[in-house]
Amino acid sequence: MIFRSEASRGYTLSAPATAYVGFLVAAPLVILVAYSFWTQSYVTLDKTPTLKNYRDAFADPLVRHLMLRSIWIAGAVTAVTVALAYPIAYFIAMKARKKTIWLLLITIPFWSSYLLRVFAWKLILGFNGVMNSALLMLGLIDEPLDFLLYNEFAVVLTLAHAWAPFAILPIYVSLQKIDPSLLEAATDLGNGPIRRFMRVTLPLTIPGIIAACLIIFIPTVGDYVTPALVGGSDGKMIANLIQVQFGAANNWPLGATLSLIAMLSVGFVAIVFVLTATRLGRRIK
Amino acid sequence: MRRPSTLTAYAFLYLVFLYLPVLFLPLFSFNSGTIVAFPIKGWTLDWYRKLGEQDTLIQALWNSLGVGTVVAILSTAMGLFAARAFVRYRFRGQRAAEGLVMLPLVIPGIIVASSMLVLFLFLGLKPSLLTVVLGHTFLALPFSVSILKSAFDDFDASLEEASYDLGVGVFETFRRVTLPVVTPGIVASMLVTFTVSFDEFVLAFFLSGNQPTLPVYIWSQIRFPAKLPNVLALGSILLLTSVLLLVLAEYFRRRSSASEVR
Repeated sequence: MIFRSEASRGYTLSAPATAYVGFLVAAPLVILVAYSFWTQSYVTLDKTPTLKNYRDAFADPLVRHLMLRSIWIAGAVTAVTVALAYPIAYFIAMKARKKTIWLLLITIPFWSSYLLRVFAWKLILGFNGVMNSALLMLGLIDEPLDFLLYNEFAVVLTLAHAWAPFAILPIYVSLQKIDPSLLEAATDLGNGPIRRFMRVTLPLTIPGIIAACLIIFIPTVGDYVTPALVGGSDGKMIANLIQVQFGAANNWPLGATLSLIAMLSVGFVAIVFVLTATRLGRRIK
Repeated sequence: MRRPSTLTAYAFLYLVFLYLPVLFLPLFSFNSGTIVAFPIKGWTLDWYRKLGEQDTLIQALWNSLGVGTVVAILSTAMGLFAARAFVRYRFRGQRAAEGLVMLPLVIPGIIVASSMLVLFLFLGLKPSLLTVVLGHTFLALPFSVSILKSAFDDFDASLEEASYDLGVGVFETFRRVTLPVVTPGIVASMLVTFTVSFDEFVLAFFLSGNQPTLPVYIWSQIRFPAKLPNVLALGSILLLTSVLLLVLAEYFRRRSSASEVR
């Protein structure tokens, strides 16, 4: 074992994992790109390269509409989730006495099946569902509310609930890293609690906020289950359209094209977001 | 001291928001009425009793258990080597490699699912439990790597060096010194990766073909209002199982950190 250098041992040991992930990220991507230039009529795949799928996708108002809605919903989910999560992260990091218990309590619901959590919201928000029946029983309303389920609101609410721990943990970590002497210094220099928070605590947690936003935004754009279960026709997102291409419509080349467009759009928005957020963070300091 | 108390109140409200929706599933699984709404008609265990009579459900359960077990073994084995490499050795491109392994966490599910379906069919693999295993191992790997990394973090490398100095070989040292110390981490990783696979839906939906896992089976039942009570009972059992497995995993993870002190 002396003969092999430390580096080569590192490569060998990590190779199975990195090769596995690397292969399953790169290979499907290559084939997806290839598919996006092919066409399909019924069952036969025509491998003559063409831009038809891209033309179709960009010309179709439904694609543009669903893509923009996916980005808008994911953005709303991210904003709501992070705004709700920040005080909790702050509470656990700065105030709570039993930090580990709180962290455990926050993460446990995340470990229950995602499908079942979304399903629970469908039951709660339904016309004859838990919420309406409870409100009726309490006499707070006279007839069931019909705006709870099958719209963008239901999608945002359900996803904000599902992603909560992902927002709390990165912000908690960045709060935890703050040197208490910085806060003391701010107080000694005559800053009140609010000014101190705005000028010291918040800027120092911007990396955590950015991480939380990305962790939520990127997967949410491509979420399938929530829009399918609680979105109705007004809350459908791009993932639902992609699934149709691979399922009922049986147009894999178009599905592949839509997947690629979704991936590039997400990447573009994420990069723009990170750049503006870091610049904004620097300005506050 | 009014500020901390408002914050504390908010924290408790937040916990209610986190837990309450999920708790409606078990609550209504004991409801004798078939409509999920208040008031609750009466209490019954019938929905749980009827679960055992459904052959497709039992088959889906076995599928899920099988897939979860294989995924736990594969991802933990790969994660074990990778975590050791990342903690113990320094090499060029290490940070890139660590980032790459975490990538499955942030790729949107629909993109992973659709692109893997295309890849596997291209390679001549028909959608089946095998392709679900391959996909779930990919998703579970970041979890196993990060759990095992913290297990190795707590491991004192001088113990291994002492063993080498005493003339013990590489494999024997790994088996008798390293492995016992990181075993709680391995157990935690297997429990977590099993749960990740057991609960995963979108990938399984695309890749399972005509061999549904439990979440895919549930999806097929959700559309039928008549099947709702069954889904509630099944869902409640799954929720309980996931939470128990995770609490167990947390226990082992704690032990792996505590063992350093001994």
